[in-house]
Amino acid sequence: MGVAKATSSSIAKPSAKAVRSWRVKRKLPLYLMLVPALIGLVLFHYYPMYGIVIAFQKYEPLLGFQKSPWVGFYQFELLFSQPDIWEMLRNTVTIAVGKITFGQVASLVFALLLHEVRIPWFKRTIQSLSYVLHFLSWVIFGGMLLDVLASQGIINNALAAIGLARLAFLTNASVFQPTMIFSEVWKEFGFGAVIFLAALTGIDPTLYEAAAVDGASRWKRMLHVTLPGIAPTIVLMVTLSLGGVLNAGFEQILVLYNPAVYATGDIIDTYVYRAGLLGLQFSLGAAVGLLKGIISLVLIALSYYLADRIANYRIF
Amino acid sequence: MIQDRTIGSKVFDGFNYVILVFLGLFCVLPFIHLLAISVSDRASTLANLVTFWPINFTSLNYQKILEDLAFRRAFLVSLVRVILGTSINLLIVILTAYPLSLAEGFIGKSFFKWILIFAMLFSGGLIPWYLAIRSLGLINSIWALILPGMVQMWNIIIMLNFFRSLPAELGEAATVDGASHWDILFRIYVPLSLPALATVTLFAAVGHWNSWFDALVVMRTPDNYPLQAYLQTTVLARMTQNLIRDPEAFAKLSERSMRAAQIIIATIPILMVYPFLQRYFVHGLTLGSVKG
Repeated sequence: MGVAKATSSSIAKPSAKAVRSWRVKRKLPLYLMLVPALIGLVLFHYYPMYGIVIAFQKYEPLLGFQKSPWVGFYQFELLFSQPDIWEMLRNTVTIAVGKITFGQVASLVFALLLHEVRIPWFKRTIQSLSYVLHFLSWVIFGGMLLDVLASQGIINNALAAIGLARLAFLTNASVFQPTMIFSEVWKEFGFGAVIFLAALTGIDPTLYEAAAVDGASRWKRMLHVTLPGIAPTIVLMVTLSLGGVLNAGFEQILVLYNPAVYATGDIIDTYVYRAGLLGLQFSLGAAVGLLKGIISLVLIALSYYLADRIANYRIF
Repeated sequence: MIQDRTIGSKVFDGFNYVILVFLGLFCVLPFIHLLAISVSDRASTLANLVTFWPINFTSLNYQKILEDLAFRRAFLVSLVRVILGTSINLLIVILTAYPLSLAEGFIGKSFFKWILIFAMLFSGGLIPWYLAIRSLGLINSIWALILPGMVQMWNIIIMLNFFRSLPAELGEAATVDGASHWDILFRIYVPLSLPALATVTLFAAVGHWNSWFDALVVMRTPDNYPLQAYLQTTVLARMTQNLIRDPEAFAKLSERSMRAAQIIIATIPILMVYPFLQRYFVHGLTLGSVKG
């Protein structure tokens, strides 16, 4: 550290060589700090990417990556020759888009309603209750749903009590998709509202006062002060959600689906797990995963680009 | 806030409070319902009599589960996973965020940033991931649950943005006094970042506690499953557990209330940290979206 003292006191001017070696030595810890993350990235993110080659092979576990025969785009042709592939893609996009749409609307409406509350403890309590489900895993919330959505479960009993028909939420193929969308919104709407509420509290209160002085009613104030105030946040959330249109919620569907609802409930990820991993069709599974990965990458990159252009948002 | 005294406004307020109370309750009712079922006896749970209040209270379910060796082993695996995994995550988050947060450049800095971002945006998919874990010899080991997720990109970004919000003069002054980057990070930055570190720790710990799918893929025997993966097999896939062996207990307990009790036990740790989570995560969320 003697060099550092010399530079700061400027009594004796250190040689250019000494300064350079001090700089190099000083930067060394910065590289050392990145080593653990680099090891993690290489072993668990980039090394698996190398494994994508098996999508273009007929992978034999005993032969490994190196010796398995190359088959070009055979796996992709095989994939698109299967009759249920389009059904699975359609399920994925329908469920994902349904979740994004209903989820954003529910979070926004919930945030707007909560914003109108003037009693702080009431607001805090409701908000605390609203996002507790976000912190439970799908195994736990799924276990709860299996019980409350059962044919004799509490929700069906409630439906029956008010004279409605009981629904086979999890075993009727035509109800399964709405059940997935509804249960996701149920679990996540409170958490989704956090960002909107943060934006709502950021609105300048003098705007409301000025509008009130000008005779704007409460409804008009919401329309002309609140909504424009959080419009950038709404645009941002919609833009960022674009990257998720192929994510229909793997863990949720894996815990809740069953053969009776494959027609409407099977999505890309569950297909990869079932056919690829459990069915030992490694190459086919890798091919499907690769397709999804590439499309998702393009969508996410596009959504970040748009978010930067429209809302000036950057992750770093 | 401006007060409105019109009738329309009051009617709206009335409806608003009712709707919000309903929405808030809607999120905790499944929990209360299962709690009631978990302490009710066989006859009333099988007849669907229980709603939000236990009937013929019994704590036998909980006794049976806590006596069950498989459940206890899974709980222990989860505990080890949370402690080891969170520590490693936290260390890597701190070490990685610091160099990237500095205004000071170094060779390879932007390259490193890009490989970090690219790994966040693109993955090879489940099958190549599984094959990689297998060829690294991690199958059936607890490390397969901890190491693959050791680099948490999103938490690194949260921490990085927090470090950036600290005044740069702190580091500069310390440098003049002869402090190295290690000193600046661990003696100045870390002590000043406790709220952000709490956020990251809680996110990581809850994430580890809640993970289950990775265990399903990398563990050969259910003996090595953490709690949530174990529950996936018992509560969701409904494998019979033979927890209820003696006839006396059989007369009192139902599979349904056993499942409910297991769900409740797995939820308790989350509820215990919930007040802390709440205090920090809003902070964490807004930190993650600092405008660049």
